[in-house]
Amino acid sequence: MGLWQFIARRLALAVLVVALVSVATFTLTHAVPGDPLAVVIGERQANNPEVRAAFEKRWGLDQPLPMQYVTYLRNLLHGDFGESISKRRPISGELAQRIPATAELTLYAMSFAIIVGVPLGLISALNHDRWPDHIARFIALVGASVPVFWLGLLLLYVFFYQLKWLPGPGRLDVGMKAPPTITGMITFDALVQGQWDVFWAALRRLVLPSIALGSIALGIIARMLRSSLLAALGEDYVRTARAKGLAERRVVVGHALRNAMIPTITVVGLATASLLAGAVLTETIFSWPGLGSFAVSAALKLDYPALLGVTLVVAVVYVTINLLVDIVYGILDPRIRTS
Amino acid sequence: MASVTSSDAAGAMPALALDDGVRASRSPLSETARALRGNPVALAGLMVILAWLVLGLAAPLLPIENPNFQNLSIKLQPPSLQHLFGTDDLGRDLGSRVIYGARVSIPAGFLVVLASGVVGSLLGAVAGYFGGIIDNLIMRAADAILAFPSIILAMAITAVRGGPGLSNALVAVAIVLWPEYARLMRGQVLSLRENDYVTAAESIGAGRQRILFRHILPSTDAPIIVKATLDVGAAIVLTAGLSFIGLGAVPPTAEWGAMIKQGADKGLQYWWYAAAPGLAIMSVVMALNFFGDGLRDALDPRRRER
Repeated sequence: MGLWQFIARRLALAVLVVALVSVATFTLTHAVPGDPLAVVIGERQANNPEVRAAFEKRWGLDQPLPMQYVTYLRNLLHGDFGESISKRRPISGELAQRIPATAELTLYAMSFAIIVGVPLGLISALNHDRWPDHIARFIALVGASVPVFWLGLLLLYVFFYQLKWLPGPGRLDVGMKAPPTITGMITFDALVQGQWDVFWAALRRLVLPSIALGSIALGIIARMLRSSLLAALGEDYVRTARAKGLAERRVVVGHALRNAMIPTITVVGLATASLLAGAVLTETIFSWPGLGSFAVSAALKLDYPALLGVTLVVAVVYVTINLLVDIVYGILDPRIRTS
Repeated sequence: MASVTSSDAAGAMPALALDDGVRASRSPLSETARALRGNPVALAGLMVILAWLVLGLAAPLLPIENPNFQNLSIKLQPPSLQHLFGTDDLGRDLGSRVIYGARVSIPAGFLVVLASGVVGSLLGAVAGYFGGIIDNLIMRAADAILAFPSIILAMAITAVRGGPGLSNALVAVAIVLWPEYARLMRGQVLSLRENDYVTAAESIGAGRQRILFRHILPSTDAPIIVKATLDVGAAIVLTAGLSFIGLGAVPPTAEWGAMIKQGADKGLQYWWYAAAPGLAIMSVVMALNFFGDGLRDALDPRRRER
């Protein structure tokens, strides 16, 4: 299969999955207990048949379900996610405000996971079954076993409450104004506009939540790199490189690592997607005004339109990341395309 | 020189082949147990899991305080000899609450995985064996569910089911977990379907249900069991996460995630409040990971021989 054909096929598959996802959220919308109309316009109004009929007509609730789905889909495509019940504001505006906060946190968390996870995996593989390997694997396993919300609390307790090295929850110090929005990612916006103090403050506040969130991906990356590098080191081309008399460093970096990086890159992509899930809990601990904490407050207030809106957005991002990972994998390793 | 492949090695050494023959005649269960016995890390994991199970089961018999006994005169006390893990904001003994929490979190984890594992495997087997439109319906539903990050979908399901509550949370976690079993089982059934003994059964006129349940399903096991073991830990963490958000267990249930939330709400100065339940979750999940990894090695003959 050619590369373009491969990409086209994956793209079609992703579009299908997104369509299925929208069916799923639509179904959930209709599984909501009680009378959703009463929640929006109030119990008394909903009991008045005339008012009720008027609202049902206005919102298309008198249409058959498939037609309602088409309306739902059309609204979504126009970026209309409906109105939040608890805030009485369009959900799309709220989402647009919160996406950069989550994106920034995820970006830093992933950087942390790569910066620590890759050397950890390297050390493990190069010292296979010796004590550095055991220690590195143990760290990776602890990272995979600690609930992220508990790790967040632990980090806050040690580095904020006890040692006072780093600031507590929140994106910026109290009283500090965020820089004029370019991307919505505070560190980036501050840096571009030369607001060093804001940049530094925002960066310091990113450290603890990024470590907590990144711990999820760290173990996955370290484990994957270790096993793929071990496999690569056993390959014939590595033996050939050694037989040629290449320095061990060049054998590892130039030959084995290059091939071991392919599955590792895939797993980095997939782990990025899993960080979106971890962000829900991390943002709750660190009072981070992102998608995750928005979803939590919507869920607790039973604000269904808001919750399902954020669910849908996150699912679409998740599918998109998976699609990109698939495509990158297909480019890096042509064998994937045929399977 | 050509590299020595494993088949060359076996051909050159008949003793090895003979050994394989002997090994195959042993029951897979005793073979697995034997491999596990040589793995101290996996055994340690198993011990920790068993210890928690015993502790949870025997909790009412142990000389510990009632987990819901309140004594406001000793509220929020740090760990001491009387209360090894401290007390909470209602003066309840945290150690006792953590032990009683094991009666909630651990069975919940096993139950959810059992339910989603059985349902997912059956659906996957049906999809793989029957194919066609049934296959498409089941697997596209699985795709849709897998397209959501697990906790977000679980939150949406819990909320739609009427809000906080442990049973709502557990149903949500089960709904989130089944698709992976369906995928795993479908793949296995697809390859097993091509075996000669299935063709033989078909040719003597065995019904499709009979073939699926009597001939194919019994041959599938290892990957599902390993996944299930590792998933119990994931289910415990996911359920605790829902409780931590406030969508799972509700007070006064002694549930680990809910306890961590209560501790976090009280403030960082009361560190012991969240410490005990957090350590409990971590120890169980680590033990399950250790055991699951060992089980994977034990069930995989290729890894075993290394």
